[in-house]
Amino acid sequence: MGNTCQCGNNGKDEKLEKILDKYTQDKSNLIQILNEVQEGYGYIPEKAQMRISEYLNIPMAEIYGVITFYSRFTLKPKGKYHVAVCLGTACFVKGSEKILDRVKQKLGIDVGETTKDGRFSIEATRCIGACGLAPVFTINDEVHGKATVKIVDEVLDKYMKED
Amino acid sequence: MKTLEEINQIRKTKREELDLRVNLDAKTREKHILVCRGTGCTSSHSPQIIETFQTLIKEKDLKNVKVIQTGCFGLCAKGPIVIIRPEDTFYALVTPEDCEEIINTHLIEGKLVERLLCKDIDNTVVKRLDELNFYKKQKRIALKNCGVINPENIDEYIAFDGYKALEKVLKEMTPEEVIKTITESGLRGRGGAGFPTGKKWEFTKMAEGDQKYVVCNADEGDPGAFMDRSILEGDPHCVIEAMMIAGFAVGANKGYIYVRAEYPIAVHRFQIAINQAKDYGILGKNIWNTGFDFDLEIRLGAGAFVCGEETALLESIEGRRGQPRVKPPFPANKGLWGKPTLINNVETYANVTKIILNGAKWFNSIGTEKSKGTKVFALGGNVNNVGLVEVPMGTTLREIVFDIGGGIPNGKGFKAAQTGGPSGGCIPAEHLDTPIDYESLAQIGSMMGSGGLIVMDDTKCMVNLAKFYLGFTVDESCGKCTPCRIGTKRMLEMLERITEGKGEESDLYKLEKLALSIKKASVCGLGQTAPNPVLSTLKYFRNEYIAHVRDKKCPAGECKALANITIDPEKCKACGICKKNCPAGAIIGEPKVVHRIDPDICIKCGTCVDKCPFHAISK
Amino acid sequence: MPDKKEINLTIDGTKVTVPEGTTILEAARMVNADIPTLCFLKDINEVGDCRMCIVEVEGRRGFATSCIQKVEEGMIVHTHSKEIMEARKIVLDLILSNHQRDCLTCTRNGNCELQTLAMKFNVMDVEYEGEKNKHQIDDLSPSIVRDFNKCILCRRCIATCKNVQKIGAIDCINRGFESCISTTGDKSLNEVNCTFCGQCIEACPVGALREKDSTEIVWEKLKDENTHIVVQTAPAVRVALGEEFGMPIGTNVQGKMVTALRKLGFDKVFDTNTGADLTIVEEANEFIERFKNKGTLPMITSCSPGWVKYIEMNYPELLDHLSTCKSPHEMFGAILKSYYAEKQGIDPRKMFVVSVMPCIAKKFERQREEMKNGELDNVDAVITTRELARMIKQGGIEFTELEDSEFDSPMGEATGAGAIFGTTGGVMEAALRTAYESLTGKELEKLDFEQVRGAEGIKKATIKIGDIDVKVAVAHGLGNAQTIMEEIKNGKADYQFVEIMACPGGCIMGGGQPIKTAKVRATKDVRKLRADALYTIDEKSKIRKSHENPVIKQLYQEYLVEPGGHKAHELLHTHYVKREKYQ
Repeated sequence: MGNTCQCGNNGKDEKLEKILDKYTQDKSNLIQILNEVQEGYGYIPEKAQMRISEYLNIPMAEIYGVITFYSRFTLKPKGKYHVAVCLGTACFVKGSEKILDRVKQKLGIDVGETTKDGRFSIEATRCIGACGLAPVFTINDEVHGKATVKIVDEVLDKYMKED
Repeated sequence: MKTLEEINQIRKTKREELDLRVNLDAKTREKHILVCRGTGCTSSHSPQIIETFQTLIKEKDLKNVKVIQTGCFGLCAKGPIVIIRPEDTFYALVTPEDCEEIINTHLIEGKLVERLLCKDIDNTVVKRLDELNFYKKQKRIALKNCGVINPENIDEYIAFDGYKALEKVLKEMTPEEVIKTITESGLRGRGGAGFPTGKKWEFTKMAEGDQKYVVCNADEGDPGAFMDRSILEGDPHCVIEAMMIAGFAVGANKGYIYVRAEYPIAVHRFQIAINQAKDYGILGKNIWNTGFDFDLEIRLGAGAFVCGEETALLESIEGRRGQPRVKPPFPANKGLWGKPTLINNVETYANVTKIILNGAKWFNSIGTEKSKGTKVFALGGNVNNVGLVEVPMGTTLREIVFDIGGGIPNGKGFKAAQTGGPSGGCIPAEHLDTPIDYESLAQIGSMMGSGGLIVMDDTKCMVNLAKFYLGFTVDESCGKCTPCRIGTKRMLEMLERITEGKGEESDLYKLEKLALSIKKASVCGLGQTAPNPVLSTLKYFRNEYIAHVRDKKCPAGECKALANITIDPEKCKACGICKKNCPAGAIIGEPKVVHRIDPDICIKCGTCVDKCPFHAISK
Repeated sequence: MPDKKEINLTIDGTKVTVPEGTTILEAARMVNADIPTLCFLKDINEVGDCRMCIVEVEGRRGFATSCIQKVEEGMIVHTHSKEIMEARKIVLDLILSNHQRDCLTCTRNGNCELQTLAMKFNVMDVEYEGEKNKHQIDDLSPSIVRDFNKCILCRRCIATCKNVQKIGAIDCINRGFESCISTTGDKSLNEVNCTFCGQCIEACPVGALREKDSTEIVWEKLKDENTHIVVQTAPAVRVALGEEFGMPIGTNVQGKMVTALRKLGFDKVFDTNTGADLTIVEEANEFIERFKNKGTLPMITSCSPGWVKYIEMNYPELLDHLSTCKSPHEMFGAILKSYYAEKQGIDPRKMFVVSVMPCIAKKFERQREEMKNGELDNVDAVITTRELARMIKQGGIEFTELEDSEFDSPMGEATGAGAIFGTTGGVMEAALRTAYESLTGKELEKLDFEQVRGAEGIKKATIKIGDIDVKVAVAHGLGNAQTIMEEIKNGKADYQFVEIMACPGGCIMGGGQPIKTAKVRATKDVRKLRADALYTIDEKSKIRKSHENPVIKQLYQEYLVEPGGHKAHELLHTHYVKREKYQ
């Protein structure tokens, strides 16, 4: 036995270990590591939290506190298609609330939720910096500017038809 | 690794090569196609435009034509933007499909592609960038290189005086002289409060500590502001250079830049810039044999507006929840890991190299008595020329909104401009001629803030806007101190009641009283400024609040619950369009019979108002 | 030491000179200006979150945070200007607006810092009512109940758990108005790395954290004629219980307490100190055995159940270091249900043993499988000092007026060594007294081991026992325990015997003791006052060495035969298990 992991899951998560390898065990790396885990997994699994807690010697409650503080971090997987509607001021002034309402209506879910089939999720974001294109919404990395209700319908219909 | 001599050699040769970027009469046969790769244009497919140009150049074997990606040109409303140098031809709203025509007509035949030329607000066709009204009143210092150089190429930065200020500082100046120059220039913090930069540097230098840090605040969280992002995307090296100069001045050899993770392009370019600077031996140990060491690291934010507050930012760099610390002690004395730390924002740093090279006097001559230099604004909202503008301090709001911004679209009137984001206030038309500087903005109940400038036309309800900002603050409050955590929530609840017609006149007094207490009792800048949008709208648009609480009406017609949508039977032609478009099925009527709305079913979405071709429906 | 620089300032018009580094709050207290505080807990939580302590400093923008900001030369401070009073009142109003105000049915009614402030501020109604942040009550653990609906987010509990105890079972989660004190994954305390030390309860200014109440079952058993109900009281209880009745901190109320317990209806009232003496005899013997036979050293004490849970979760690989001795009240419970029951001819199944403890982890310990003999729990209920006080009040007993009385025989005799078990260093000192005489066969001349007394977090000493040097260490508070454990883990510890108590100060400062306000904690040395009372008991005791306790002697003669013997092992020793921190 000797040096084997004490956490109980001897099958180490290679992906996570690769992320951790890039960082020293300095506590200040927590947010950087979480950012990478979020990026890599689409959310921050509890198992990953455990391993990070062990690696950085930070209590789980503190890690949970950090995750729930920063809006970029999520505890549940997002949908395959993550729709983010910008509610920054420039977009707000140009009617982004209507865009958000339409997305919610079309997908039948609220902000922060994922559709039952796991395909769509909605987020209301604050300024993605594309103010020149206001109002803006994104689906994964694809930006849709100068949005109207009609554009929302067209774009979402396209995704809904896809697998 | 490059020696100083080698870098100077690069500067010389590269500058000659790139003369066409800034000189209309450059003696060259080369043409450069500059394509904006800022976030705005990138999301409108500018990468594909670059790709298409490259393919076409290869296909057509054009030897003297190069495609260059640049940072933001500023006029985001016209993006994607393509500029051909040296003649400075400005093509707007370009699509990948337009590329072939530009290559054929412009670059091969030497004629302009008329249809892609930009039209100014007065409908005149503009051939050159500098002919646009949008650029005429601007003065570019912080944005000097944005849209001129390829931000991913350190040689291009070096060509335009890059790292020359650092050389001057390391070789010719003492830290005291550097601080003196910055102090005399009159530069003040561009992040919001406008604290004199030189003083901040001096405090950090004077603070006792074996280890000191230099931090760049690039957590641009103000919704509707993207100045800092544009600088990082368009000219990342100027921030690195300035941070190094600051490090030399205050005695720090380690720097951190804290960037929002929501800015992937900026982060990517900044990392490239750091790597290139390291490769050239500009970042590292014993730089140019001067004995000065400097190391720089990126730290990513993770979506918390409050981390723009300097002490919250420090907490976040240290890996914790971004909860601000009580000041004093200030970061200059106790910052990162308790060590003296200098924190400036991106735009502040972007001015430093220019001040060092051109002197304090030069900078000092620009701007107003107390606010020197220029300020970059992200102009947005109901204004024609949405984009990034840099103007001398003292320019009036009217000049920015109407001369540069081209006024309000769709024939609507100007109602208010909002500066300073959720921390700022709304400025009404009567103050349009206020010169923009720190003191004047504060005097009229707003603040400079980081530079968001949102214009609102007369269809906007100011109570609803105040509610929007409070909603933002409530979402973004860190929750540490009572006034901000609970107080802003209570303010929001009151505003919600008011916009739903459930408010009372006494609420206005209660709201004001609470707002003033939150301002004074909160721990950090977020709480201390959170009530500003409410206080300034209460000050300038009190009648609108009164209409909401006394008459239960929203004069602008934005507050749904107060809207009473009716069809004017005189104007209704019974065309049925409203009925067809009503999502709730609230419209009763049949052909040739005047339509009416069932108020019990109506969800007050306003679709019918917009759709009626006869303007027969009103809120 | 050179004198600190003096700072002159003016507070509310009064000039005052204080040492450099004094906070505005402390300076104000010197001129009798009482600035209200809520989140401030001296040396533990100094963050300035609640904003009750704001003051005006002339020339400064915004208000100053008096609990943490230091005085400066020439400062002019106003602690109760009109503007400050108004702002404070709004801050208090906001806190109240988000607080479940069911004071009448709250355990902290009458001892709540928020309630006191509401009274002081003459709050007649809450002006800014609105949505309240709601949360489910967590009462799944055997020790602690968390009621977030009463939480004011002062974070004193977090600071205590994370910085003092270095556990971090709870933290602030979510953001803004949704902020909440909770555990990872918002789980029950029962499912995370909480040790049930209960220091968070001691830190809580309101009723958001409390012990899991066991008084109901005790009342029930008291009324049941078929139950032989026995109570035992821990050493630390007698020097704190009086505080709940307005008596000065550190008053020894042993006599009144015994009278009160009898009045409540307990059939027998015994002293856990006797159990402590038994523990010492066993533990000293175990130490000597390990020492002689090259067993695992250092041996670490095991009488603090919070500490035991801590090592089980954090250093399971070092469990062999733990003494196998049960804690005194468990040992005593085991003896009561065997030896005592036999002797008195009572069916142990009809016995109900209640322990009055300064500790809430004892509630957890009580229900451990390892604390059973046969089918029977060694102890049937644990109530804290606070719960006992409540029972006395409920029972209509005028505590302060009571006559003194003695513990019951035959198990009532205890030594001074048993008494000092309640304070940090006490177990070590008591064990050394017995080990010395056992190893050398000589009488110990000087009974006081000053080296292991006092407030210091980790105390180390080398004790000469005959020709042998025994190196010992004493740690209190789990943060200090961690330091020692890391030393042991890394092979850097050369001690042979280590005493660890989970609570800073030991049992006298346990999680079940009377709760002191932040102001009392800042201005009085509660630990020292209570500890001194225990040392006084020891000093005045006729017998000060556990092995000389006639009850213990008789017990071995008649029943246990010898320390560490078969019977002793069966009844008085136990084992420990590795525990996962998170479930």
